[in-house]
Amino acid sequence: MEEIIQHLTPLLKEVSGYIFPNEIELHWGLLVVIYPYLTGLVAGAFILASLVKIFDVKELYPTYRIALLTALAFLIVAPLPLLAHLGHPERSYEIFLTPNKYSAMAMFGFVYAWYLMAVLLLEIWFDYRKDLIIWSRSETGIKKWILRTISLFSSDISEKAVKFDKKAIRIITLIGIPSAFILHGYVGFIFGSIKANPWWSSVLMPIVFLFSAIVSGIALILIVYMFVLPIRKKEINMLTLDKLASYLFYVMIIDFSLECLDFIHRVYESEESIKILGELVSGKLFVSLIVVQLIIGMLIPLAAIGILKIVKVPNDLKKQIYFLSAILVQVGIFSTRWNVVVGGQLFSKSFMGLTTYKMTLFGMEGLLLSILLLVLPLGIMYVLFKFLPPWEESRSN
Amino acid sequence: MKKVIENSIERKAFFKLIFLSAFSIFLPKSLTAKNSSPEESPVQDENYNAYDHKWGMCIDIDKCIGCGRCANACKEENDVPREPFFFRTWVERYKIFGKGEVVIDSPNGGVDGFHNEHSERNPERSFFVPKLCNHCENPPCTQVCPVGATFKSVDGVILVDKDYCIGCSYCIQACPYGARYLHPVTKTAEKCTFCYHRLVNDKSPACVEVCPTQARIFGEMEKKSSPLVRFRRMEKIGVLKPALNTEPKVLYAHLDMEVK
Repeated sequence: MEEIIQHLTPLLKEVSGYIFPNEIELHWGLLVVIYPYLTGLVAGAFILASLVKIFDVKELYPTYRIALLTALAFLIVAPLPLLAHLGHPERSYEIFLTPNKYSAMAMFGFVYAWYLMAVLLLEIWFDYRKDLIIWSRSETGIKKWILRTISLFSSDISEKAVKFDKKAIRIITLIGIPSAFILHGYVGFIFGSIKANPWWSSVLMPIVFLFSAIVSGIALILIVYMFVLPIRKKEINMLTLDKLASYLFYVMIIDFSLECLDFIHRVYESEESIKILGELVSGKLFVSLIVVQLIIGMLIPLAAIGILKIVKVPNDLKKQIYFLSAILVQVGIFSTRWNVVVGGQLFSKSFMGLTTYKMTLFGMEGLLLSILLLVLPLGIMYVLFKFLPPWEESRSN
Repeated sequence: MKKVIENSIERKAFFKLIFLSAFSIFLPKSLTAKNSSPEESPVQDENYNAYDHKWGMCIDIDKCIGCGRCANACKEENDVPREPFFFRTWVERYKIFGKGEVVIDSPNGGVDGFHNEHSERNPERSFFVPKLCNHCENPPCTQVCPVGATFKSVDGVILVDKDYCIGCSYCIQACPYGARYLHPVTKTAEKCTFCYHRLVNDKSPACVEVCPTQARIFGEMEKKSSPLVRFRRMEKIGVLKPALNTEPKVLYAHLDMEVK
């Protein structure tokens, strides 16, 4: 109690105009920013992997398994920020047991469980099954047993069985794409369906979320690919890199167009809330929205990759530009999530005033826990890469 | 042989049970143990039958003098933290100057009343507006609650089950009127209940009881003998944010267009 009062009292001075008295406490902070950021990475990475399979993009095969494992690592962490942000995390199981079927948030448990169990784990299992069996034969001790357990003690690597694996992967991928769309589109719906909040309430919200998710997912895989290969002292395949950057470029154009459409639509309709939203964008959100999200996170990487498509440059420079662009994209998408979640709570529903969000360092809503939650998936990725090497040369055939 | 057959039948029945019970988690919640359909009666009391009532409130803005006794009484009655960040009801002061300039304030939610600061400018109009949960007929807050902890009671009152609320704050985001807060100690969503504990004992809400000018008129929405129904017949009535289609059961007489 004391802590909250100490946190809120100085904020009274930061209020401009009039806000409802209950609005001084901002309820969704950094943790709820991280949640859509993480699920976005999951959905994006998975959609990339699925595109590789469905359209049989040879250049991107080296990233297929990396993308699947990355998606899994981030998916495992994705619910943690949500859980940590609840007032009563010990009651969270009620979402599964007695969900309110009219609530978008209640569907989270089911969408998440479906995506984890029916899509991602299954696809990874079928894709790795044959390799797991072969690897386990050449291993001894604990590792042998871990590999055998992951393969669920299957031992059939006949041509027929492997053919079945491939068929299963294809079916799962086909189910997986709409599932990934649902996974992140639904996160957008959580915000987009709140009619009380004009910053969120938009039918475009799920679609914008989805495309920004694909952007962030592809950029992440590009970063992982470029980071891991030099560590393993392997040559980066320029064809793979060009293809990834190319995909990133096109999806960014779609994402940018959608965001522009949203912006133009709001300004053109110019509803009751336009004045306060205008103040918000030109004031408290100027740096995070216009500078970071739009210029640094969208226009600069778009221009950089775009120029590389026209001008021929040495491969080394190209790599550096790709890598830097992908990092900028990540920063941009993170601030996109910030601008949606925090930005949507900085103006009063009376449309008469603005408030401020003050981040804390410690505690459940603090910066340290958030950083931990962002680093944790990288640790999980390391373990996954160790046990299930996603490299092309590790494949048994 | 017979035993084997019996065994296998038992086993079949056993697996059937396991299968069915595993699937019960997917059942709609109206069929599961915790029965919380969107409309339900929150109390089992011999003297109070929720099905006989439909509660609502009218606020006569012209009568409100901004004394803040309602906001104070609410805090006393409902153990609302005294700090100026948590309110079930509060009073706003509007000062309307020329050229569309509107100044609104609500120092400490109006609990301590309003003091006149010296100002060189005189507003064209000035008035007070008490605010509280609108007990919407079409409530956006209950719609979003992931576990159904907040619900519309059959008598029209929107309540929160604090033993069930998971504290996700989604309802707070969904309320267009800023009428909810997260209790800093219980970490659950809280809001005006029309003093439900008083209603079931045939008493008016505390804010209505203490209002010196009878600016708050509380009662049945549908019974002809109700003062509320009479008031609605006599006065021009408005609601807050009508475009959102929440259908509030807190109605305002002489509502100014500047009030949101």
